[in-house]
Amino acid sequence: MARTDSWENLVKGVINGDVRLMARLITVVENRQPGWQEAMKRLYPESGSATVIGITGSPGAGKSSLTASIALKLAEKNLKVGIIAVDPSSPFSGGAILGDRLRMQKLFTCEQIFIRSMATRGMLGGLCHAARDSARILDVFGKEIIIIETVGVGQDEVDIVKTADQVMVVCVPGQGDSVQAIKAGIMEIADLFVVNKADKPGADEVVADIQSMLELSVEADQSIPSVIKTSVVNNQGIDELVEQLLQARQKGFLSREKESLRIRAEMKTLLEEEIFRTVSRVWQDNEILEQLVMEIRERKNDPYSAVQAMMQVYKSDKN
Amino acid sequence: MNQQERIRVLIAKPGLDGHERGARVVAYGLRDLGFEVIYTGLRQTTAQIVQAAIQEDVDVIGLSILSGAHLTLTENVIKGLKENQAEDILVIAGGIIPEEDKPAMQQMGVHAVFTAGSSIEEIADFIKSTKGESADD
Repeated sequence: MARTDSWENLVKGVINGDVRLMARLITVVENRQPGWQEAMKRLYPESGSATVIGITGSPGAGKSSLTASIALKLAEKNLKVGIIAVDPSSPFSGGAILGDRLRMQKLFTCEQIFIRSMATRGMLGGLCHAARDSARILDVFGKEIIIIETVGVGQDEVDIVKTADQVMVVCVPGQGDSVQAIKAGIMEIADLFVVNKADKPGADEVVADIQSMLELSVEADQSIPSVIKTSVVNNQGIDELVEQLLQARQKGFLSREKESLRIRAEMKTLLEEEIFRTVSRVWQDNEILEQLVMEIRERKNDPYSAVQAMMQVYKSDKN
Repeated sequence: MNQQERIRVLIAKPGLDGHERGARVVAYGLRDLGFEVIYTGLRQTTAQIVQAAIQEDVDVIGLSILSGAHLTLTENVIKGLKENQAEDILVIAGGIIPEEDKPAMQQMGVHAVFTAGSSIEEIADFIKSTKGESADD
């Protein structure tokens, strides 16, 4: 495959609105191929005008179907939409089945909509390393609203809150009692709750559980997140949902504090990634890792000392 | 492992056939061999498949066709790729494809045809070796 475009060319493609080159740049950035950081550095100053909406919730809650319905409504309103849909990588083979497009078939040939499926590639917070970067690329490309759909999450995968301007948590009937609603983690990060599959029995109870949780948790001066009932099959509640999202977009929702927090989180993630990559490169290149594994297997060494010794190298560098 | 490049494959079913067992078997098998497989489901138009392949920047499109319309459908996909300057994407096909149609398929630009009895390893090896070769040009 002729994958020889330089990052400069790809960046130019993004700015000129070339879909093919933009899709390629996402690949380069996702693979952390040479030039990815240069490309992102160039794009960063141009970014910041799109609104990023995060959609998260348990597997099978209807995130992809909702994403499709929302995107279609936004496109009808003449907005340009980018979708990043994340699905899990296999912990064994590293491969993945990316199936979110199954629910989005109607959108494939809609010119205003761009969809990219991504695998988590070992990342645990419900996103992948390149989700934020890809959103930025789509932003510079000219997408006005970017929807990031996380993997199906449990209770604690909340990285989306560090990336999206607005987080929508999707719940469905039949997933536990009201105590689930007051647990820490995912229920805390929502700017907006959606109770999907509202055509199924029990939806009203879920709405009530969430609302009573919100009454307990929200401080007097904070605004209370809305809870919206939807049913994608019956096209129920979608208009209201899109209206809410657009209203919030108009108001603008990022306080300076929140933005600073987010920049800090991004730097921390990038730094961790960079350190990990540097160290593991040294380990692999010099076959140090294999050597250590053998020593540890034979109980001549232990993992704690091995890691500490590795970090010592960097610390003494500095002194 | 996490940061490695992954070969991305779009498994697509063009046209009006509802048999997706084969497509799923291939998707699942390739997943287990470390590929990232985008599966888009049944009854796709060829235009949808071309757009999906471009947006997802896949290395390979695998078409699964059991309807008998493989010649027309495949030709349209390949035409669509050319129109979008995306003919570097490898196209392979599988399903019920008679032996005598294979030359025509290859003529129009299909890189390989895998019918019943092909193993996943065979498909994976073909993709890896072909992708490796052309990366060197």
